[in-house]
Amino acid sequence: MIPNGMQNALEMIVWELAQFVDSILGKDGRKFFPFIGALAFFILCANLIGLIPGCVPPTANVNTNIAMAIMVFIVYQAVGFSRHGLGYIKHFMGPVWWMVPLMFPIEIISHLARPLTLAVRLFGNIKGEELVILVLGFLIPLILPMPMIAFAIFTSILQTLVFILLSLVYIAGALEEAH
Amino acid sequence: MSIKYRIAIIWAVMAVTMLAPIAMAADAGAVAADEGRYSGFFSFIALGAVVGLGLAAGGGGIGMGNAVSGAVNAMARNPGFYGRIFTNMLIGLALIESLVIYTLVVVLLLLYANPFL
Repeated sequence: MIPNGMQNALEMIVWELAQFVDSILGKDGRKFFPFIGALAFFILCANLIGLIPGCVPPTANVNTNIAMAIMVFIVYQAVGFSRHGLGYIKHFMGPVWWMVPLMFPIEIISHLARPLTLAVRLFGNIKGEELVILVLGFLIPLILPMPMIAFAIFTSILQTLVFILLSLVYIAGALEEAH
Repeated sequence: MSIKYRIAIIWAVMAVTMLAPIAMAADAGAVAADEGRYSGFFSFIALGAVVGLGLAAGGGGIGMGNAVSGAVNAMARNPGFYGRIFTNMLIGLALIESLVIYTLVVVLLLLYANPFL
């Protein structure tokens, strides 16, 4: 039962994704692989739908991206609390005990900025390239947007990679021991 | 009347002629009808948007140039690691570019979803 065709291609993609997740999360990262894999496939297909003339990508709407970013935030905070209990608060203190009044608000703000930047980065990229395709298509339909559509294939794949890489880095940061 | 005196008079007349439309445009912009997004100060919003995006793109360009320069130097010294260096360079470029995209999102917010108009 040798797989061939579409099954072979999908198995290769899933295997590469599993290797990528393992390389960042370590050996106990395999249980986050379904979540990250679902995010990756959803964002990739949602971005690429925008390249069909006449279709609007779902990630061009800011609500989709905010929902995904809040989900990643909830997942990595829950992982931190379930792994370390209440000692997870030690992640927010600095390296030395007397810098806590300075480090604690800074860490809180930077943790709150993470879902915001995840959502706005994806939204800005996809909405921006959709706007450029619209404007170029308004000037000379179907011919002038061609180079932009070719570039948009590349940036769509890159933006999914950046989104799941940052999600994995945040989960890894919540899993590791505080210093 | 010496030649320098006449040149000075011509310069003065030209300066006044060229600076007058700016004063008149500012005055006309203030009395334009203000409803929806065509209110009087929308010209300032447009000016701020273009200047802000230009500065963000300039800074982003400098940062990305640094990133690609470091990556190409590393690839030249170590041609065996081409794949890994290229992947890290792409990730770095996407993260730097996202700072420029934040400015674009603020500009889109100001132009199309402005809460103050």
